Amino acid sequence: MNIPEELKYSKDHEWIRIENNIAHIGITDFAQGELGDIVYVELESLDEELNEGEVMGSIEAVKTVSDIFMPISGTVIEVNEELESNPEMVNSDPYTNGWLAKIEISNPDEIDALLNADGYKKLIGAE
Amino acid sequence: METELTSIALEAKHQELGAKMVPFAGYLMPLQYTSVVQEHKTVREGVGIFDVSHMGEFILRGPKALDLIQKISSNDATKLNIGSAQYSCMPNDKGGVVDDLIIYKLDDQEYLLVVNASNIDKDWNWIKSHNTDNVEMIDRSNEMSLFAVQGPLASQVLQKLTKVTLADIPYYTFVMGEIAGIQDVIISATGYTGAGGFELYVPNSGAEQLWDAILETGKEDNIQPIGLGARDTLRLEMGFCLYGNDIDDTTSPLEAGLGWITKFTKPFINSEALQKQKAEGITKRLVGFEMIEKGIPRAGYTIYNENDELIGKVTSGSQSPILEKGIGLGYVTVSHAKADSTIFIEIRNKRIKAVVKKTPFIKK
Repeated sequence: MNIPEELKYSKDHEWIRIENNIAHIGITDFAQGELGDIVYVELESLDEELNEGEVMGSIEAVKTVSDIFMPISGTVIEVNEELESNPEMVNSDPYTNGWLAKIEISNPDEIDALLNADGYKKLIGAE
Repeated sequence: METELTSIALEAKHQELGAKMVPFAGYLMPLQYTSVVQEHKTVREGVGIFDVSHMGEFILRGPKALDLIQKISSNDATKLNIGSAQYSCMPNDKGGVVDDLIIYKLDDQEYLLVVNASNIDKDWNWIKSHNTDNVEMIDRSNEMSLFAVQGPLASQVLQKLTKVTLADIPYYTFVMGEIAGIQDVIISATGYTGAGGFELYVPNSGAEQLWDAILETGKEDNIQPIGLGARDTLRLEMGFCLYGNDIDDTTSPLEAGLGWITKFTKPFINSEALQKQKAEGITKRLVGFEMIEKGIPRAGYTIYNENDELIGKVTSGSQSPILEKGIGLGYVTVSHAKADSTIFIEIRNKRIKAVVKKTPFIKK
């Protein structure tokens, strides 16, 4: 199980990498493993301003579908268009090529509520 | 809900093989070993082995065994010869289906009924309640393992382990014989994948030896263990019904497209009502459909016509690993049950276009 130390995590199994005021987000290695073969990633919230916890898209795997939640409030400023043709990158490279979106953070205070790698390991029982 | 899980004989073996194990029908079962898509393709193109030991096995024995089977099942079991098998269903007395099953004729007065794991207790009690002539009933479910070796290379692998000539076993027949040094294995040319191959019924005492021998011998053909995830996508590509999804206690076998195993040449439970339904015509029917627009249908999604009128419900759905698009089964009003009918599946508040297709979705 790959849980990079330098990232932040949400309880909804997303990772967040914050650069300046931009949150790069994706789903964790654990999440992609639980979902199985991913076949579509639907991200139709480009340019929308959404609150933390709101649905920003969905991931369709062969066996199941899962909502993607905003891990932090803000505006979706970019989505990973590569996933349109290569959704399986979320399975193979969840932390790099399989990133989902970039969010311009509207409430930086929320960053403190995110989990660190240890906290996320605890959440999924991977200590 | 707390449920006690029953263990299949090789539970630990699957965990060693790295399977993701999930509770299913009261058993802890391998869902997948690598990935559903990869395992699915292995079965379509090569060979895979499934442990489906959760399935239930009942023996019915005695001079009245056939009469009992004729009463409880919709297909005509008098057509069975020793060594042949038949797909059938058990209608209930309210218009629905208790279970679908395979009936094997082992001997003149001895039959093996293979039922769904989730229905073992219900089926047993149902059959028992209709057993008025003291037919001997034996539940072998927890003593038997069942491996399905499926795929175009299945025969090639298994032939190395047995003297039984597998090519001489036509579809839906079986031989009881020795394989991998284990006696009295039922080698049955059946399966739930449409990929060809065999199902092997073996006593638990020989299960590990048989499993290991098949995996070892199959190495040169790149055999892989396959989980229930791929079993479901494989059966869906063939349009095979899954009890609990596409058929249940409330669905008519005629509406489910099981008319071909519903033989009115003999009386059976609820046959009069079903015959009446057939004469009057059904109002909805289980159909296969393929997504035209991007989307994956899932059980429970609603189905609409071009005028936004609700016309049915999806009962099974998935991405087809071979067609690489969404496919499903669902009940629709008969007006939209014909092949090529346009229907719309509601996926997260959007109506996505699909087309009714004749199954199987995958042509051989």
